[in-house]
Amino acid sequence: MTAPIDATSGAAVSREWPLYEVFIRARGGLDHKHVGSLHATDARMAIEHARDLYTRREEGVSIWVVRSSDIAASDPQDADALFEPARDKIYRHPTFYEIPDEVKTL
Amino acid sequence: MSGPAPAARPAGVPANALSRYALRLGDLPLILGQRLGEWVGHAPVLEEDLGLANLALDLIGQARLLLSYAGEVEGEGRTEDDLAFLRDPGEYLNPTLVEQPNGDFGETIVRQVLVDAFQLPLYEGLMGSADKHIAAIAAKAVKETRYHLRYSSSWMVRLGDGTPESHARVQGSLNRLWRYTVEFFEEDDLDRDMAARGVAPRLANVRAAWLTSIDEILAEATLARPGEVPYSWFGKRGEHSEHLGYILSDLQYLQRAHPGARW
Repeated sequence: MTAPIDATSGAAVSREWPLYEVFIRARGGLDHKHVGSLHATDARMAIEHARDLYTRREEGVSIWVVRSSDIAASDPQDADALFEPARDKIYRHPTFYEIPDEVKTL
Repeated sequence: MSGPAPAARPAGVPANALSRYALRLGDLPLILGQRLGEWVGHAPVLEEDLGLANLALDLIGQARLLLSYAGEVEGEGRTEDDLAFLRDPGEYLNPTLVEQPNGDFGETIVRQVLVDAFQLPLYEGLMGSADKHIAAIAAKAVKETRYHLRYSSSWMVRLGDGTPESHARVQGSLNRLWRYTVEFFEEDDLDRDMAARGVAPRLANVRAAWLTSIDEILAEATLARPGEVPYSWFGKRGEHSEHLGYILSDLQYLQRAHPGARW
């Protein structure tokens, strides 16, 4: 199916609504966690859809939505450059401390 | 289900009148929930399919509580299922608006806005009912209804203030459906009796709140409020449009064909 053409701009109009990413806070004090994505025409509709899709079973107390196109992501091709240099720096893990006997609950 | 304590009922209210009033409250969400259910699998997008189904489920839940109570007050052993599935059309007391066909998505939204904006002040008034059982049902339903109005009014604004096509279509739906709202606020003996006994809010107060919220929504949606019409429908007295019979044949088919069938 060819996309319809916008009468004024002549640009192809997408029939798909924009994609939004949904983040839900399960309980007060916890972080918002990414739970999935959905289509909506605007942010308010995205929140209403998120409520209906992702909180039907009392999964959350707060919803964030963000346009997927507004998320900047790292390129998987850059993974070596970004993440490998950390691999041989084991001293960054806090595993080199002697824990005194008096400390019981660490 | 255990019945409410008789003490929840205000003294001196005749059981048949209270039961009939509870039916009137409960038949609205029953029939509207059934109508909205017709969208399942047919909505414009998957997300709206779920949205409308959610509304329908809330409404059926309200109907269950109210019909159960109507049966208990009546005292003849009729359950919510008996009342939902085994009455004849003239015994249903829902307003005529909620049995109107879904039309296009915009028409469904217009019907929903008109009903949500009515149910909200009605339930708010009923939260102070002298009947504690009805007050408790209203306190639960009012939260659901606030969300329903938020959902339906946001769509009304989107469509009314959208394209020339969407604007013309929802304005047309509003003009067609407006006439059915008159009966919401036409007090009859039962409404007056229930209000006088403190069971129900005065419909004049409900109307004032309804009109305020409708006017706000219409202004934002750039839609015009239709003029008053001389003739009223009275589904709430059991005088229905032709559409109720078709809904009931869907709704009642299983129980009529297989009496007593259960999941």
